[in-house]
Amino acid sequence: MNEVSGQAEEDDIDNDVDVDDDITAFEDSNRDVAAAQQTSDEQPLIEARNVSVVFDDQIVLQDIELQITRGQTVAIIGESGCGKTVFMKTLVGLVNPTQGEIYFDGEGLHHMGYAELTQTRRRFGFVFQNAALFDSMSVYENIAFPLRQSKVVSETVVEESVMQHLAEVGLPKNVAYKRPAELSGGMRKRVGLARALILKPEVVVYDEPTTGLDPIMSDVINELILDTRRRYPVTSVVVTHDMHTARKVADRVLMFYPRSRLDEDESQVLFDGPPSALEHAEDRRVRQFVRGEAGERLTELAHGLSG
Amino acid sequence: MVLLAAILASPSTFTNPQGRADRYNQTCLCFQTAYDWDLGRVSDSANSLYSSAKPESAFVRWVNQWGSAVVDGITTIGDMTLFSWKMLKWLFTRLPCRGTVLVNFYQVGALSLPVVALTGTFIGMVLAVQSYAQFHAIGLDSRLGAVINSTLVKELGPVLAATMLAGRVGGAMAAVLGTMRVTEQIDALTAMGADPIHYLVVPRFLACILLIPSLTIMADFMGIVGGYFYSVIILGIDHAAYLNHSRDGVTGFDLFSGIFKSVFFGSIIAIVSCYRGFNCEPGAEGVGKAATTAFVYSFVLILAVDLFLTIVMNSIYYTIYPNGTSFL
Repeated sequence: MNEVSGQAEEDDIDNDVDVDDDITAFEDSNRDVAAAQQTSDEQPLIEARNVSVVFDDQIVLQDIELQITRGQTVAIIGESGCGKTVFMKTLVGLVNPTQGEIYFDGEGLHHMGYAELTQTRRRFGFVFQNAALFDSMSVYENIAFPLRQSKVVSETVVEESVMQHLAEVGLPKNVAYKRPAELSGGMRKRVGLARALILKPEVVVYDEPTTGLDPIMSDVINELILDTRRRYPVTSVVVTHDMHTARKVADRVLMFYPRSRLDEDESQVLFDGPPSALEHAEDRRVRQFVRGEAGERLTELAHGLSG
Repeated sequence: MVLLAAILASPSTFTNPQGRADRYNQTCLCFQTAYDWDLGRVSDSANSLYSSAKPESAFVRWVNQWGSAVVDGITTIGDMTLFSWKMLKWLFTRLPCRGTVLVNFYQVGALSLPVVALTGTFIGMVLAVQSYAQFHAIGLDSRLGAVINSTLVKELGPVLAATMLAGRVGGAMAAVLGTMRVTEQIDALTAMGADPIHYLVVPRFLACILLIPSLTIMADFMGIVGGYFYSVIILGIDHAAYLNHSRDGVTGFDLFSGIFKSVFFGSIIAIVSCYRGFNCEPGAEGVGKAATTAFVYSFVLILAVDLFLTIVMNSIYYTIYPNGTSFL
């Protein structure tokens, strides 16, 4: 009996060792890829060249030029409808630019075939505005989904990884078996972040990470963004109109302005610099946005009421 | 026509979040390549946005509206063709995992079975009620079974099963996929390296085409039972004569043609409903519209394809059996 239980224990230990080996091998392979890519530090990780996006007869983005280097955290700010989210989706190949090109790690997304683009997308982690969790799956299945899609690891490794990432975003284990509909907004965002990070992406893209959350939960999300950056060598793009988030997490801020409100020769990017320079930006519209002043919008309102 | 439509349509409309908008982008790109547009042309279009629109004559407006409608129609056909093509490519290259497929089989097959059986029974009985007076007047009551069963097996069974499926499953598919589109879940799939057509459309297509024949057989069977019950038990038609004429009136080819047609109906329901869901407009109204149009388009297409297939099947039948079958 003892012999049998001893054998069983040995088997358990062997299994644990195997699982640990699997995880280590999986993480090592990711680190190798990251290390190989760090050799090409001189070139920007993401580059937008002359990007324009037109929907129907509406010009959303025009002539956007941008370079993001490895390790940067870039916040894209701007009022609603200025094209921030469209630009972010263009960066990860979810929207095709009408004109111009997006380059990721020196490779043009437009030159990539379907399989290559799919592989490239796995190097991005995308945190959607409303988390975009799959309603039909549990939290566990949601977080495990990217891993299962990549088909590189066993189910035991999937479980280890899911629980680890759930803990990293500060959620208890029992959340894993709940449905997304049973979670609060903040918990959904954290599950979305755990799902985005599970493949150890090189770039994490956050779409309005703090929108709709209370100030305390917003700060929790901000801390998680910073923590993610500390924990993993990721490049981050944060689309937000929350100035607190932009100031806290970003080391570079870009401000977009709606194309329809600009003169023909004006650039759509009104500001590109460190967060500390926002308050003293030359452009009045940037200062107004940062301070939350309505400015000429009040005149529009008056026109609307009188008309 | 379909080729032209496919050229007009974008190759990536259904995998991109902006659906039609992105198709427009692609169309613009095609034109830009063809005419070598430079960047200035985008600025020109921007200028045209700012400039005030010139008044148009009624005729020009009329031509514009009709032209847009025709282009939209052709583009939609092209979109659907490309959508179906992508789905078929996945179907023959890599099937989705068993778990995903089985859930859809349960939704489409098991949950539709009771409603299809119930409606089939009532249709069989209604046929008996409607036909009895005429057949009784000419003293051919016992031939009622042949008419009821033949009508059910050839036409009403497949069309009824398809209609119920389009209403119960097609509408739900469009609503679910539409909600997934609106809440960015389809974008999330793409962003995580999964193909939305492979993951969402292929299992639904498989469930529809593989299970609709069973549902058709169930509708046929329950209709026959309903017709028999009303004719023999309620109306008092002779049991043996009813069954004897029923056997004479329905051939194996009739049963085959009904089931054969149902596979096409299943394909129509899956493709139209998934396509409408993938191209859902934003908001609750968009999802509702997607569900409604999925049913309406599926139903109209089912009837149109039914007519075409019936003509084809009849031609084949009379080629194989030149003398045909007369059951009266």
